[in-house]
Amino acid sequence: MTALDTPHPPHPPHPPHPGDAAPADGPEPGRRSRPRPRLPARLRRAGLPYLLLLPALLLELLVHLVPMAVGIVMSFKELTQQYIRTWGDAPWAGLANFRVAVDFDAPVGEALLRSFGVTCAFTVLSVGLAWVVGMAAAVLMQENFRGRGLLRALFLVPYALPVYAAVITWSFMLQRDNGLVNHVLHEQLGLTDSPTFWLIGDNSFVSLVVVSVWRTWPFAFLILMAALQNIPRELYEAAQVDGAGIRQQLRRITLPSLRPVNQVLVLVLFLWTFNDFNVPYLLFGKAPPESADLISLHIYQSSFATWDFGAGSAMSVLLLLFLLVVTAGYLLVTGRGRKHDG
Amino acid sequence: MRARRSAPGRPALRRTAAVAAVCALSMAATACGGGTSTSDEGSNEKPKELTYWASNQGSSLEHDKKVLTPELEKFEKETGIRVKLEVVPWDSLLDRILAATSSGQGPDVLNIGNTWSASLQATGALLPWDAKNLERIGGEDRFTPAALAAAGAKGKPPAAVPLYSLAYGLYYNKQMFRDAGIDEPPATWDEFVDVGRKLTRDGRHGLAVEGGNPVENAHHAFVFGKQHGADFFDSSGKPTFDGPGNVAAVKQYVDLLASDGIAAEGNAEYGKNESVRDFATGKAGMLLWQAAASSLKSHGMKPDEYGVAPVPTRDADATGDRAVNSMVAGINLAVFKNTDNLDGALEFVKFMTSDEEQKTLNGTYGAIPPVVAAQQDAAFETPDLKVLREVLTNSSAPLPQVPDESKFETLVGTAMKELFAEAASGRKVGTGAVRDRLTEAQQQMQK
Repeated sequence: MTALDTPHPPHPPHPPHPGDAAPADGPEPGRRSRPRPRLPARLRRAGLPYLLLLPALLLELLVHLVPMAVGIVMSFKELTQQYIRTWGDAPWAGLANFRVAVDFDAPVGEALLRSFGVTCAFTVLSVGLAWVVGMAAAVLMQENFRGRGLLRALFLVPYALPVYAAVITWSFMLQRDNGLVNHVLHEQLGLTDSPTFWLIGDNSFVSLVVVSVWRTWPFAFLILMAALQNIPRELYEAAQVDGAGIRQQLRRITLPSLRPVNQVLVLVLFLWTFNDFNVPYLLFGKAPPESADLISLHIYQSSFATWDFGAGSAMSVLLLLFLLVVTAGYLLVTGRGRKHDG
Repeated sequence: MRARRSAPGRPALRRTAAVAAVCALSMAATACGGGTSTSDEGSNEKPKELTYWASNQGSSLEHDKKVLTPELEKFEKETGIRVKLEVVPWDSLLDRILAATSSGQGPDVLNIGNTWSASLQATGALLPWDAKNLERIGGEDRFTPAALAAAGAKGKPPAAVPLYSLAYGLYYNKQMFRDAGIDEPPATWDEFVDVGRKLTRDGRHGLAVEGGNPVENAHHAFVFGKQHGADFFDSSGKPTFDGPGNVAAVKQYVDLLASDGIAAEGNAEYGKNESVRDFATGKAGMLLWQAAASSLKSHGMKPDEYGVAPVPTRDADATGDRAVNSMVAGINLAVFKNTDNLDGALEFVKFMTSDEEQKTLNGTYGAIPPVVAAQQDAAFETPDLKVLREVLTNSSAPLPQVPDESKFETLVGTAMKELFAEAASGRKVGTGAVRDRLTEAQQQMQK
């Protein structure tokens, strides 16, 4: 919609061409008669952005919307292994798949709810920590000091590493008997009485959060660092003259200036983290411990591992709805807040 | 900033039109994606080409390519059919097969884990090996009955033919046995635990288990269950996970780490074949595994350093189901029903199950040929393969050949992983805890 928001150029994009001599099918009503039929200038102007968007829209349709639509259709079907080959013939299940997924007294729904709770806790912690760490690093990197460029590059390493290699390395480090983490915590520092399990049992939640934060904070750092450079220095100088301390500068200048960036950043981090599949899958394999049973992996288990694609799709659709509602609500609330500020 | 929300004119109409166009497009696309039953039956449109998905049998995907390529070239020389080979790793093979099944775009010939036979049979994607098709590769008598029993549901034509056969054995470290004064491998579980306790000292353990691997767990649950006179499915195919026999079986297996303490606590998180490494490097004295020879070799353990015995039973003189000490493990070879080179595919299966190829391939991979004639070869007379062959012939049973088999492996195996985790963190794992887990797993089967 940005094209619509910008003021129109002083001249119309296609000035009338007097030399055009195409055969005329008929004059348009209420208009000066022209050599060939033309759309009203206003419609042409308004249509241009859509025309330019069309290729992207078509690709988006092909790559994202079609699979999503197929997934939604699947969620209404009884799509077990009998039908995956000719799944057009699978019987319609109506809302049965959804009913099973939201029946929280029955085992399947209960497991889904538990997984949902784990995912919510995980997302809040992971996004929160990634933001705090990224913010702290970005603010510290604003000062000019020797080695700043090197540190900046170093901070981006987790984000630049291929996720597979990085998380597999973590899984080796987190092994109980031969892992680096226990080697340091238990053998060298003697902080624990016995080696700790990091990949099974309740601690796996901690491992998951740590690895996830490690992977996502550089992105927060990158975005916030870029945003910080747009805040005029003069603001800080004026604040200093007025006697504002670091904390006040941060609260009164930095955070309000970053608000629009944060709005998008937190949303993106939330969506990525909530949907994360790679990190839990690579850390725990196909059967994650209960305490780290994230919803994306849970849905994968419920469809691929148990060959029940209808149920898996129904859970995916529920997840999609949830994320849509949260996103819409978030944009509404933060957008309104911004208008009040302005 | 956002002064104008939309351009003047008739925004509502335009928006409606756009939404309608999007809906129409997506609906059209969905309809296209719907029925994928393009060509149901096989044809011979491309008689000079085959695509073959091999499973990972050697030490690496590269190793497999090196082993198979010369054989495929031999086949091309004989028949003029070029075989495009792809070795698919185990952790993605089933997903790939399912994707190929739903899209209809798959290989012509493929390897499947034999425990998937009945599940994949139910999809209808694989060519049924009825008498006519079996005749074209030499008839069903060429294969051992045990291997053929693990190729599909009872009473239906097999969904695949056996390619490599494997069985579980008890691998033991000879030196560690000698040091502890143990003369021969244990034959019953009581003896097994005794031996394990004797071996567990100085940071070493009696046994290594792969507690974090649901598939391994489920295999053991099945065998232990048989020995307790129990099954995980009743005769009508309904799950009976939390029956008393199965609860006792799972508890007995988990107790090897929990109350018996002959496996190290760290084993609870093993899921990447770390137990084989521990056995090969002398950290554990015993291992329950199938065809471990080549893996042990790659960890530097020589064949004369370990022995292989049948997996113990509860009583030394057990008979029938209670004497079962291995599942029928192995790899089957299947043909995708909608292949566009049906004759070539059958020809290729005939080639791969020929006596000569069976000897070569099984010999290389340390497996046992499911083809009777090839089994007689001297190459399979080594002491360890002899033991495994006898187990396979006399005291093995196929995993339940029901469509829900893969659910069983996932759910029961995962429940056992959780039980191992509880035991390893020092919590007591009693019969009640085991039953609760199995009940929960069983409930997930019923929607």
